[in-house]
Amino acid sequence: MTTPGGSDRETWPLFEVFVRAGRGLSHVHAGSLHAPDPEMALRNARDLYTRRGEGTSVWVVPADAITTSDPDAKGAFFESPAGKNYRHAVYYTASEGVPHL
Amino acid sequence: MIETTTPDEIDPHGEVTVDRVELSAELAGSEGRASSAEIAQYALWLGDDALILSQQLGAWIAHAPELEEDVALANIALDLLGHARSLLRYAGTFDDRTEDDLAYFRDEPEFRSAWLFEQPNGDFARTIARQLVASVYMYELYRALSSSSDASLAAIAAKAVKEIDYHRDHAVQWTLRLAGGTDESRRRMVRGLHDTWPYVDELFRDSRPVDALPGVAVAPSSLRDGFGAVIDAVFAEADLAVPEVEPSAAGGRQGRHFSTLGHLLAEMQVLARRHPGATW
Repeated sequence: MTTPGGSDRETWPLFEVFVRAGRGLSHVHAGSLHAPDPEMALRNARDLYTRRGEGTSVWVVPADAITTSDPDAKGAFFESPAGKNYRHAVYYTASEGVPHL
Repeated sequence: MIETTTPDEIDPHGEVTVDRVELSAELAGSEGRASSAEIAQYALWLGDDALILSQQLGAWIAHAPELEEDVALANIALDLLGHARSLLRYAGTFDDRTEDDLAYFRDEPEFRSAWLFEQPNGDFARTIARQLVASVYMYELYRALSSSSDASLAAIAAKAVKEIDYHRDHAVQWTLRLAGGTDESRRRMVRGLHDTWPYVDELFRDSRPVDALPGVAVAPSSLRDGFGAVIDAVFAEADLAVPEVEPSAAGGRQGRHFSTLGHLLAEMQVLARRHPGATW
């Protein structure tokens, strides 16, 4: 990564922001932002996404550290489980003599 | 049947409820009345500092180096505006003036802001230099003022000091990055500090009315060591030196102001003066 601001054309890298609303909940993607480094990204995230008391914890992740699924391959990747009822354990009957299965 | 959640039901910000609030009820110390002219004057000092700095930072909105920094400086400006409102409202209780009377219908010689806060924004580094001095000074001040024997001043200070802790962090982070960034950013940071430093001294000069308010007001001179310790630590990490410049004569506390205050007030006050009583 080159130094942000090192040339006129260089912009700050992109970070993705995850905010946890409360104890016991998971971090939820809140949005993205630009920042010169992770420390400033955390502060910018606080200003942009938690000013109304939403969060108890914030994660920032460099966007280029996230590997994503291909939006064009959505069909194959997320095909509905319809017609695959065998995936749901409720359709199986427990064997006799195995009470705690 | 598998339970599913549609995207509409996911609130990315968690459970947020916004009640109908009266903004005036949110002001810290909003019950008290200033019990003497000296206390009102002291509140006016501090309120004017916060108001002028807030107005200055607002000018960065849409002009900061990046959108994220627009938002950061705007948030700091809004925090300071909240402090100014609390302090000016309190100052006005002594002679039945409102916070708006004090902000919009006083002329330049009636303001009591120190020259530091009246310094022009300059480039981003100069704004950060001013912000570093302002936030380190204000942090020391409000921390001490939160144990004032005046309940309203103590309440305002206790609320403000938490916000200023963040302002200070913001200024320190940027000072380190500009000083340790490129040759150009370092040159500008050094220049910004050099241009700012003549106005540091005024912040720590004791004068009326603070010497008439023991236990209520914080003597400015008592804050100098705490201020210096924080600045020294930041400068050591950033490999910066305290600029060797002569202190300005200044005089904001006596109503003598830097040349830029008049322009700032003209812009800040034009709407209220042209349309008295305007609301939106």
